[in-house]
Amino acid sequence: MGNTSSMLTQYDIEEVQQHCNHAFSQQEIVSLYQRFCQLDRNYGGFISGEEFLSVPEFAVNPLSLRLLRMLDGLNFKEFVAFLSAFSPRATLQEKIDFIFKVYDSDGNGKVTFDDMLDVLRDLTGSFISAQQREQVLTHVLEEAGYSKDSLLILSDFVKILENSGVKMEVEVPVD
Amino acid sequence: MSSPGELKSSSSELDLDRPNIEDYLPSGASIQEPHGKPRLRDLLDISPTLTEAAGAIVDDSFTRCFKSNPPEPWNWNIYLFPLWCCGVVIRYFILFPIRVIVLTIGWIIFLSSFIPVHFLLKGHDKLRTKLERCLVELICSFFVASWTGVVKYHGPRPSIRPKQVFVANHTSMIDFIILEQMTAFAVIMQKHPGWVGLLQSTILESVGCIWFNRTEAKDREIVAKKLRDHVQGADNNPLLIFPEGTCVNNHYTVMFKKGAFELGCTVCPVAIKQSFTMHLLQLMTSWAVVCDVWYLEPQTLRPGETPIEFAERVRDIISVRAGLKKVPWDGYLKYSRPSPKHREGKQQNFAESVLRRLEEK
Repeated sequence: MGNTSSMLTQYDIEEVQQHCNHAFSQQEIVSLYQRFCQLDRNYGGFISGEEFLSVPEFAVNPLSLRLLRMLDGLNFKEFVAFLSAFSPRATLQEKIDFIFKVYDSDGNGKVTFDDMLDVLRDLTGSFISAQQREQVLTHVLEEAGYSKDSLLILSDFVKILENSGVKMEVEVPVD
Repeated sequence: MSSPGELKSSSSELDLDRPNIEDYLPSGASIQEPHGKPRLRDLLDISPTLTEAAGAIVDDSFTRCFKSNPPEPWNWNIYLFPLWCCGVVIRYFILFPIRVIVLTIGWIIFLSSFIPVHFLLKGHDKLRTKLERCLVELICSFFVASWTGVVKYHGPRPSIRPKQVFVANHTSMIDFIILEQMTAFAVIMQKHPGWVGLLQSTILESVGCIWFNRTEAKDREIVAKKLRDHVQGADNNPLLIFPEGTCVNNHYTVMFKKGAFELGCTVCPVAIKQSFTMHLLQLMTSWAVVCDVWYLEPQTLRPGETPIEFAERVRDIISVRAGLKKVPWDGYLKYSRPSPKHREGKQQNFAESVLRRLEEK
């Protein structure tokens, strides 16, 4: 008859809230914890890549394998921090920061032409030829005042995306 | 024996003609078609795809299908607590032994009649089948009685005639026993090892049950042939298929496998709802199993309808009657990954929109 939420104390919840910059309410943290436990089938205290892929809706996402690099082996605090970019309370800056991290595969703070090409390949699969992809990307980069050899940093991403109506909001079901 | 099911097609070969998953999923990111040549920000903005991914991590319809819903605790109130304690004493020290005794008596009666009937009446096949049918119904009744099953059957009782197949939604092993108590159905189910396998190959074989092995692809054709032969026989027990192929909780239905719907038979839907909806019943759950069974209007393939569409139509009928939500997933995804086909669909949409906009000058 125990309730899973009773396993989180008020202190735990507050600690997690601080860790994610108060992007989620206490009730949402409790819900996320239940979800975390559900996904953590091996009760390891972390969610493995395999366990994430067992959610079919996630597995069919074109970016799932790329996201998995950020997701593999997250513990609960990291799990919440990962999702905090999708909170309605997160700022646009935080959301763009998240998008930048998805692109920046080696984490050095610079996004190269190849990084962008990789993501575009994930999104379009075999439905655009490699050559065409390269053409399109070169073209739009030049149009925006960059070149094929430009290294884009976070502030470039902010400049490019801040007016494009980035909408990244996921509602945490609270019962 | 927990997963009677149907096996005809593997998940991968089904993907081509199955309903579109996008029709079911909430379209989290609205895809308004942008116009004009693509700009850098259009290509870099991956937020819709990311939102979908995060949405799936936070909550997804597939996992919900198999989540067991714990009954709401009602005993946390200090005044009810003594009452609950009495309940525990009664359930564990009075009801439980009685149930064990009932079940034991059931098995003794069953085995002491089944064994002689099975081995001594070898020459009189008709009589033997009839007796065995009755005995299987009997032992299932004992099972239901031992959990204090309160089962309400609605609609006409199934009849024995060729060219018909019964399909039911599947929540647990209990479904099978509840249906079997009324009518000795022949069921398609997963072959199990151990003592369950022994029961399968002796007792259940006698009512005409058919086994399959989910993991063996070769098995499929043999079973499909057995199925076809079975439905042709005039005196065979009615055939029961759980087309979901796996157990789903009592709030959802997953995709029906199409095998049952391409036999060219009349399909009789059976809806089963283990109803824990009313508060009073909820209180009873630990005391008894409360369940409704509806035998529904037989359906036939309409002209021009594919087996998949037919399966979906029958799933509709069952879901409405039993108050279940439909989800677009194949239950076998519990054992395997979704095919790349679904991902390719998303990729194709995106690629086409980029290409289209490139051509706009």
